[in-house]
Amino acid sequence: MDYSQFLAMKQEIALLVVFLLVFLYDTFMPKSTQKALPAFSIILMLLATAAGFCSHCLGSDTTVVAFAGMYETSAVIAAIKGILNIGVVIVLLQSIKWANGESMLMRRGEFYELLLVTLFGMYLMISARHFLVFIIGLESASLPLAAMVALDKNRYESHEAAVKYILTAVFSSAVFMMGLSFVYGLTGSLYFENIYFALTNQLNMLLVIAIAFVISGIGFKLSLVPFHLWTADVYQGAPTSVTSYLSVISKGAAAFAFLVILAQVFGPVYSKVWEWMLYALIILTITVGNLFAIRQRNMKRFLAFSSVSQAGYIMLGVIAMNAMGMAAMMYYILVYIFSNLAAFGVIGAIENATGKVSMDDYRGLYKTNPRLSVAMMLAMFSLAGIPPFAGFFSKFFIFTGAINQGSVAIYVLVLIALINTIISLYYYLLVVKAMFISEEECVIGWFRSSFSERLGLWITVGGILLLGLVSCVYSSLLNLAEVSPMNMYFMS
Amino acid sequence: MEITAVYYLIPALIMFCCGVYGFITRKNMIAMLISLELMLNAVDINFVVFNRFLYPEQMEGMFFTLFAIAIAAAETALAIAIIINIFRAAKNIDVRSLNEMKF
Repeated sequence: MDYSQFLAMKQEIALLVVFLLVFLYDTFMPKSTQKALPAFSIILMLLATAAGFCSHCLGSDTTVVAFAGMYETSAVIAAIKGILNIGVVIVLLQSIKWANGESMLMRRGEFYELLLVTLFGMYLMISARHFLVFIIGLESASLPLAAMVALDKNRYESHEAAVKYILTAVFSSAVFMMGLSFVYGLTGSLYFENIYFALTNQLNMLLVIAIAFVISGIGFKLSLVPFHLWTADVYQGAPTSVTSYLSVISKGAAAFAFLVILAQVFGPVYSKVWEWMLYALIILTITVGNLFAIRQRNMKRFLAFSSVSQAGYIMLGVIAMNAMGMAAMMYYILVYIFSNLAAFGVIGAIENATGKVSMDDYRGLYKTNPRLSVAMMLAMFSLAGIPPFAGFFSKFFIFTGAINQGSVAIYVLVLIALINTIISLYYYLLVVKAMFISEEECVIGWFRSSFSERLGLWITVGGILLLGLVSCVYSSLLNLAEVSPMNMYFMS
Repeated sequence: MEITAVYYLIPALIMFCCGVYGFITRKNMIAMLISLELMLNAVDINFVVFNRFLYPEQMEGMFFTLFAIAIAAAETALAIAIIINIFRAAKNIDVRSLNEMKF
């Protein structure tokens, strides 16, 4: 065996080095220096991100296939990993205060180690070109997350959320693997490429069942609608830092892996089998997510349902099946990372200072904490898609990408998504109304959030304001998508 | 009588369906976990049978099964740990008592 192929996995190796250093620091450094662990891991993560982008700029990461085709990396894949890395750095930045708090004293290191392992699993999911590697990635991305959800040992909700998460995660991966076994029985291979060619002139009932199983298995991870029931409970029960990680990074990685599987494995039966499945899923996801979000009073549950409906919009980039859809999806995930993390940053800052997470407590927040309210307002505007902010452009591009696919059904789908955008405006603005217009006396007094929280908020707010206006972000993603090897799997 | 692939696939399918049924109807969390194991084992049988009867020249399905067994063990260990946590906090493992958070 040629061991030099491990060098193809540059970003994975960088991440493993970060993991090992954090682990060694946590185990062997004296107690007095442990407070620096969060900062240490952030700096390492920043270095890993920069290294990933540098190797990209030097042009060394053209498409590389390793391990007999089981692993593949290309410029697009490196870019999506870079996007996830940026999100992780912001999540880590926002979690410093919580990680250094009283309840986390004994378990500070575990949070960082588990987080890095899940990120490694997501990398494998995105790069896998063989279902064995994919399953290993999927499991190492979802199992440590259950442990992270249960990290807050003093709160009962945390345990309850962890049970709900682990049981649904195992159930979904069992369903997923059942689908895989049918695919294996039909085609005799687990390589994406071989399955793709074996499926080109095949259509039977077993294949439809298999694809339905595979889609529902990943649908659980992405919290698409018939499989979304765990989302709100887990988001509410988990510690806020874990919730923000779960809602942006985990979802973004799963969405991209979903695109890879649907295009590179089940591409040949797009219009025959899974296009209509995805239609139904997208319409249900966007609509049900929106309708349930309206009645939520807990901010974390509210953002959970908002993220369910956002997952529906991300799926529009998958169903488009063209390079523009892929670029729009990556851009959407990037913007979604910034806007959702801004919202979670404000929620986390308020929760750390006062312990309050209900929307009713936010009334009149503008009078006591004007800066936090403005950050929250920008996040809500961006999530709802109001023009000058990044969220508008991401929605615009993802709709354009979907429409480029050209069929009448897609026009109807985009119309339904547009109507849902208007519904979503109502509940996003409910938060803004509570903060700015409600006259009542605010229950949250003035407080000064910590430096790391403010830095995280400044970065996310900067992203919300700039990402839409700096047009080279989207155009460079589009350039990457157009030259990517995945392009040949999209049907014209 | 010749034993063909169907003789293995039908029991695997029944196992999978029993697992789904048990997962939905059982109230005890350990019983739910056992149902999940049934589902995962049905998947393993499927892979081995497809490999042995349809594609005996390669070992892909067998290797997948080996990894799937290891993954199932990891899942069970983690789930048991979390259920023990719940038991310590709530003094029972009835899923109906997990109702602090809903709608």
